[in-house]
Amino acid sequence: MIGKSQIKSLLRESIRMTMDAIKENKLRSILTLLGISVGIFSVISVMTAIKTLESSIESGLNVFGTNTFMIAKDPAIQFGRNEKYRNRKVINLEQYLTLKDRARLPILVSAGAETNDVRLVSYKDKKTKQTPVIGGGDAGTLRTVNTYISDGRNITDEDVHLSRSVCVLGADVVDALFPFEDPLGKVIQLQGLDYTVIGITERQGQSFGQSQDNYVFIPITTFLQRYGGSKTSLSINVEAESAESYDETLDEVIGIMRTIRKVSPGKENDFEITTNDELMETFGSFTGGVKIFAFSVSLIALLVAGIGIMNIMLVSVTERIKEIGIRKAIGATKGHILTQFLTEAVFLCMIGGIIGVIFGIAAGNLISVVAKVPAVIPFDWAIYGLLSCTFIGISFGSYPAWRAANLDPVDSMRFE
Amino acid sequence: MSGLISLKKIKRHYDVGGEKVRALDGVDLTINQNEYISIMGPSGSGKSTLMNMIGCLDTPTEGTYEFEGELVHEMDDDQLASIRNRKIGFVFQTFNLLPKATALRNVEVPLIYSNISKSKRLKMASDSLVSVGLEDRLDHKPNELSGGQRQRVAIARALVNNPSIILADEPTGNLDSKSGIEIMKILHELYTNGNTIILVTHEEDIAMHAKRIITIFDGKIKEDKINKKMTKAL
Repeated sequence: MIGKSQIKSLLRESIRMTMDAIKENKLRSILTLLGISVGIFSVISVMTAIKTLESSIESGLNVFGTNTFMIAKDPAIQFGRNEKYRNRKVINLEQYLTLKDRARLPILVSAGAETNDVRLVSYKDKKTKQTPVIGGGDAGTLRTVNTYISDGRNITDEDVHLSRSVCVLGADVVDALFPFEDPLGKVIQLQGLDYTVIGITERQGQSFGQSQDNYVFIPITTFLQRYGGSKTSLSINVEAESAESYDETLDEVIGIMRTIRKVSPGKENDFEITTNDELMETFGSFTGGVKIFAFSVSLIALLVAGIGIMNIMLVSVTERIKEIGIRKAIGATKGHILTQFLTEAVFLCMIGGIIGVIFGIAAGNLISVVAKVPAVIPFDWAIYGLLSCTFIGISFGSYPAWRAANLDPVDSMRFE
Repeated sequence: MSGLISLKKIKRHYDVGGEKVRALDGVDLTINQNEYISIMGPSGSGKSTLMNMIGCLDTPTEGTYEFEGELVHEMDDDQLASIRNRKIGFVFQTFNLLPKATALRNVEVPLIYSNISKSKRLKMASDSLVSVGLEDRLDHKPNELSGGQRQRVAIARALVNNPSIILADEPTGNLDSKSGIEIMKILHELYTNGNTIILVTHEEDIAMHAKRIITIFDGKIKEDKINKKMTKAL
């Protein structure tokens, strides 16, 4: 019965009336909006933050080179402590060398270990401000973590074999110790022990607000002699030749490791395999939990906001009983009144929702500033947010609107 | 002259605390086009109920009500709203304007509900306000207008949809005598221009402006006479 243009003009009228109503009751409207805003804000900010993290994880967690996986005693990402991992045997140099010797498929097998225990790294009177990580490795280690030499040379098999006191410096260490000099060939001290600088690496930049360039890299043998202990466990990075041979390589390496570590058949591995994909997965399962939590909190917040909307709309209807009576007397149908009040409820919810979305995205992206990753706008969640606002407006506005629509014109006009 | 409005054996009963109140107890009334009628009676006589009935604000418990061939007693709420919108112009004692809306906006509202385009609406509303002499008060809100001016806005609103009847309920009840005379003058003009006017009042001198006077008492029509000494508000 009602045409499209009529609905359009009716809606336009309803919006106009809504604007008038909001203008007349500014404080009340703002308070109502606030409830919705907070609900939407909480979900959008968390989702934006997670999205920001995810996008930075994509680059940040891609720590390994292509087709590379890591074998270690402990999982790369671990929440809490676990006896299962603590009681495992360490991976020592011998195991590594045996693996390297036996494995046929990988194009590269290299070991690494690191420590934060070296407090003083110095050259003449200069020392590093933040204690660098001391890493041990061999010729292939840097490559498997996507790091490349920019000047000088890498650690060679010979350096490893002879446990030479040589080092490759990360860009931060170069900045701190050699602001004006060429570091190559100079001798630096790690807690009093001399190392000759043989190379420096390309700058990696930051990931999660942490510099990736603050390290001193030395031969693994030298590392184990000087900083290793009974608990030092190596991580072994293995690179497969191609994506096709990746699974096969993984199988081979796992088989060899089980033999070396004497894991009886049927028992699970007493070591962890970590891949880029797996890092993402672990992170994903963690963010998934956060998402569900944020979602439920928002749901409760929105429910409360919805009750607020209903309350305000009931007040609004009561305040305007006379107006409703007049409108009905001069020809407003139930549909007209219903539309007017529903529009008001939805409109309030939408404004609140838009405010929540804007502030939520802004707050969520604070993480991107801290983590120095690009800001993201979660369009999907913004749309879900606004849709749920509409839904709340309609569902919680229905009863007050229905009450308004069914008022008796004569009684309402007499209402003072 | 054809019957514009025809009420037959109209009864309207209310239940007030378990007691049956017969507000209207068998009213027969025919109103023709271009009549000027006043409905008189003391408070509690059923006068207001009859007005609500004629104004399609209320439906009878018994009896039939025909308005230009449409059967009002069978209508649902939305149909009643529609007939009020199209055929009846209300003028109330307490003006019943939307307090926060301008005069123009107040007059525009009935047109919104009859789905008239915005430009046409504004034209019709301002024309109607001009016709009651409020051309320089279009943007004033009710609280910026005098009582007489408010009632003229209400008349403009009643006229804007070009209704079949104008139903005025104590239109001068809240006005000083000068403003009251003004309003009665406008109503008289409308009558001479061919409109049908129904005036509900308990004041005899106001009722005397009409050409036909109906007196109601205890829910029944007690007297229905032609007023030979019709007062002409000038």
